[in-house]
Amino acid sequence: MHLSPDAIIFWQHGFLKLNATIVFTWGLMLVLAVGSKLITRRLSTGLKRSRWQNLLEIVVTLTEKQIEEVGLRHPKKYLPFLGTLFLFVALAALCTVFPGYEPPTGSLSTTAALALCVFVAVPLFGIVERGWGGYLKSYVQPTFIMLPFNIISELSRTLALAVRLFGNMMSGTMIIGILLTITPFIFPIVMKALGLLTGMVQAYIFFILATVYIAAATRVRKPKPEPEPTH
Amino acid sequence: MLIDWFTIAAQALNFLILVWLMKRFLYKPILHAIDAREQRIAKELADAEAKKADAQKEREAFKGKNKAFDRQRDALLSQATEEAKAERQRLIDEARQAAEVLHAKRQDAMEREQRSLNDEITRRTREEVFAIARKALTDLAGTSLEERISEVFRRRLRELDGEAKEGFARILKTSSHPVLVHSAFELPSEQRAAIQHALNETFSAEVHVRFETAPDVISGIELTANGRKVAWSIADYLTSLEKRVGELLQEPSKPKTKPEAEPETQAGFKPKSGTQPAAPEEAE
Repeated sequence: MHLSPDAIIFWQHGFLKLNATIVFTWGLMLVLAVGSKLITRRLSTGLKRSRWQNLLEIVVTLTEKQIEEVGLRHPKKYLPFLGTLFLFVALAALCTVFPGYEPPTGSLSTTAALALCVFVAVPLFGIVERGWGGYLKSYVQPTFIMLPFNIISELSRTLALAVRLFGNMMSGTMIIGILLTITPFIFPIVMKALGLLTGMVQAYIFFILATVYIAAATRVRKPKPEPEPTH
Repeated sequence: MLIDWFTIAAQALNFLILVWLMKRFLYKPILHAIDAREQRIAKELADAEAKKADAQKEREAFKGKNKAFDRQRDALLSQATEEAKAERQRLIDEARQAAEVLHAKRQDAMEREQRSLNDEITRRTREEVFAIARKALTDLAGTSLEERISEVFRRRLRELDGEAKEGFARILKTSSHPVLVHSAFELPSEQRAAIQHALNETFSAEVHVRFETAPDVISGIELTANGRKVAWSIADYLTSLEKRVGELLQEPSKPKTKPEAEPETQAGFKPKSGTQPAAPEEAE
């Protein structure tokens, strides 16, 4: 019983190692990239288009609309980063239907890496949008006293992102594993379905939180207190 | 150990690579396709709008043309109606004129026919009367008609009333020319002598007389002297007869000639004029 796919190591050479997390991530990357390439190879600009193209268009436009609804004025600029976050987490959760598959998001290393990416991306987008001064000033809003709290908030939400996703994905896998040993018939299927739902919800939460953070960092005016969705 | 730092670094790198791949293979082409389609739809909508505007414009133009056409058609129609009316009036007038001409011709012909018929009747009647009188006189008196005519003429001479007689006497005295006695037939010498004698007796003077034959003095004798005249002839009776016959002929023919034009003159039977011939007792 592995707590994380990191523990399944295929190959190791000193510091370098090839564990199941990295391998499955590559697999997901391959599926996403090749699938996109295959579908977008013959894109139609007319009124008639293939079903796969329709699917991708729906996904892309919905994501774009979500980003816009959160409050980012130029969603196309943030779409690759935020959209990929969602697609990767969602696909990682969806693929749990395949037996023998370990979701890479069930590894704290992966979720920490994603949270770090968000942690870096938020100030980057903020500085690009508002400049150094504008972005740094947001840490002393509304008063100078708030500076330490703002920094703590920045760090803690990154930690929360990583642990929330990891906990949910890992628990799903763990529950299935435990249930298989207790009641091997029928009940694990129900839990599997529930796990799929949880995975999709987590993908959405991860995506929307990252969007909200970036929106807060890039907002020129005084940001409204955005209630953080708790789970 | 839940966290493996190498895996974290590798996963972060993997994620960044995935972002790039997705951007390259998914978002860019899809967004591009959507934009292209939206542009195309916008263009098509604009085209449709332009076409609609064009159609509207054309529709207005056609409406205007239709209106103009209707107006023109109405104008032509009314003009044609006017012309047809005028033409109809002209044809009616022509027909009326032609009818009037025909009517006049017909009336003319009828009048001519009637006149010739009258002439014929007059001629026949004269001949008949003449023949009857001659026959009757010959049978009854044993004298020729000429003799009787001469006798009547002589009696008339003698019976001339005062004024006429004086007028004749004055003329006979003043005139150097002989008086003319016209007769339809050649008077025998004893008749001539008798007439001479009667003249001499009537005017109590020697009257110079010249006898001439004139066929238009129908079965009669007339004495003319400087505009004055004493005469007896069957023509007087014939004229009277002709008038009566004419009136009789006119009565049935008149309604036929003008049945509708002058209905008030249908009963145009004129009263007898005062041109009565000489008294019938003179014809005895």
